[in-house]
Formats: sequence, C-alpha cells, structure tokens
Amino acid sequence: MVKNSLIFIVLIGFAVLLADLFVGFNGNTDLNTLANHYAVSGPEEVGSANLVTAVVITYRGVDTLGEVTILFLAAAIVSFLLKVEAGASLNRKLRSTSEILDTASRILVPVIFLFGIYVFINGHLSPGGGFQGGAIIASGLVLMLLAQPAKEVGHKLITLVESISGISFVLIGVAGVLFAAGFLDNKLLSLGKFGTIFSAGVIPIIYIFVGLKVGAELSGIITNLHENQNEA
Amino acid sequence: MENLNLEIITLITGVILVLIGIWGLLTQKNLIKIVIGFTLFDTGIHIIMVSIGYVKNRTAPIIDQSVNINDVGNSVVDPIPQALVLTAIVIGLGVTALMLTYVLKMYQKRKSLEINNYNDLKW
Repeated sequence: MVKNSLIFIVLIGFAVLLADLFVGFNGNTDLNTLANHYAVSGPEEVGSANLVTAVVITYRGVDTLGEVTILFLAAAIVSFLLKVEAGASLNRKLRSTSEILDTASRILVPVIFLFGIYVFINGHLSPGGGFQGGAIIASGLVLMLLAQPAKEVGHKLITLVESISGISFVLIGVAGVLFAAGFLDNKLLSLGKFGTIFSAGVIPIIYIFVGLKVGAELSGIITNLHENQNEA
Repeated sequence: MENLNLEIITLITGVILVLIGIWGLLTQKNLIKIVIGFTLFDTGIHIIMVSIGYVKNRTAPIIDQSVNINDVGNSVVDPIPQALVLTAIVIGLGVTALMLTYVLKMYQKRKSLEINNYNDLKW
C-alpha cells in the first residue's frame, strides 16, 4: 500500500514536471532564428532538398559521427556478450517453415534490400536517409532468418562492410579539412543541380556509408540474438 | 475545446506515453516488461520533441512541389527537433538492444526473468 502510493506520488511528480510543457503552449507560428537560417539558406549552402538531412549530415555532422560511434559500441558489446562458439549449430527443435512464408520471403527479401538501398541513396531528396535505409535492410534480414532459421549469416562480411564504411565516413571528414572548409564540409564535391540525385556535395556518399554501416550493425545485433536462441 | 489543435494533442499523447513508461518501469517485475516500459518512455519523449517543433499549417522540411523555393522560411516546420529525434531513435535502439542482451545473459545464468530473484545488490 505504501509502495503503491509512493509510485503514485512519483507519477504525479513527473506529470507536474511535464505539465509545464503544455500549460500555455499554443503551438508555434514562426520558426526561431536558427531554424529560419537552416530553412532559408540551407538549400543554397548545402544543396539538399531534405532539410533534415542537411542538419543531420552537414550542420551537425559531428553529432552524427558520434551517434554512429555509439551504435557501433552497442553492436560491439552485444556481439561480445553473445559470442557463441564457432560451429555450434542450432539445437532447437524447429517446425519446418510453411510454404507461404518460405515463398514470400524468397520474393520479398531482395525487394526489401533494394528498397533500403533506394531509401539511403535518395536521402537528400526525399524522406529517408542512411539510418532509415539501414533499418529497412536489417528488417529484410529478420524476414530471411524467420523463414530459414538454420541459415548461417557471415560475421566476417558484416564486420568488413561495417569497418570499411566507418573508416570511409571519417576519411571523408578528414578530406573536408584538407581540401574544403572544414571537417565533414560537403563542398568537397560540387553541389550540382538542386534536386537531382548527383547533388548536395558529399551528402549522398556519406549517407550511403551510413546506410551500409547501420545496416551491417543492426544485422550483426540480430544475428547475434538469433544465434543465442538455442542456448537459453 | 477550440484550442485543442494538432500539436497539443500530440504533446499530450507524448506525455501520457512517458507516464505509462515510468509506471511500467516502477511497477513491473518482469525484466522484459521493464525494457518495454523504457522504450515507451523513449517514444513518448520523441513525440514530445517533434510536436514542440511543429509550426501551424506548415509542411515537412523537404523542398518539393508543395514548397515554394523562394519562401522556404514561411512554409516548413522546424527541422532541428526532427534531426535530434532521428539521432535519439537510433541511440534508443542501441540501448534497447543492449538491455535485451543483458536480460538474455541474466536468464541464461539464473533461468528467471523475475526481478525479485536478482537481489545481489539489495541491502
């Protein structure tokens, strides 16, 4: 009883803290100065039609590098904790995959991978980007593992893709210091014609690497969790 | 009721999700349910951030046919909270994967998901 009322008091406390947010909040009618600068001069300075991409990759590019690093750390800790001996096969009893799931996954998995690649290549033009595309690719892998649980996914390939794209991301940043205005500057390549696929400087290239890296990291996490199912 | 517009509704939804998440963190005994409470907390905060960045009667910060290129400042919503939430979702996913991994290791060790069975740090 005392415990329940304590929980209730904590909840009320949080509600009071958060109430400040919407008491008297009537919605914005204008952008603030910083957002206005990003919106007005973003298309000229960065050349990206998707302003969120402009903020994520160029204006706050270092934050994104840190974010990718955090995701890498999480994936590395997961694979460290869930390491299984090489050659240990699944010893679960598995029902055989139904015809529908098997056939559907054969058709859908390549399409899902392709869609993921489309999403991260077009990250500077349309909704989407490297993180979203990577997540879509990993979801295709989930479907594949659901349909064929005994399939082995190569850890070597995942590690290779992840390392190469991570290093390339940093190298593009350093190239920005040497040949352009600063770290991760996107004027390293010409901005091109606004709204076409070869535009916005290095943003598409960085987003391709981010997409591959995120896809590889999420696939690594999924594969590790999948391989551990037989031990529990 | 006339001031119950889009951003207020999403803001209140976010706050309710945050409170449900905290309730789950505090009351649930099952480790998986605690992780679910944490992700609800996370999602609520994302919704709050996006709704604070919303500007009345404007569209997404992507320049296409619906946005006049010469008047971007008066036709799109704030892109910064959306970029922040993009970052926060990815970090949240990493944290959730880590928590689930720890839960899996704990279950393999003690064969229990009940938090009351893990009282090593209790005094």
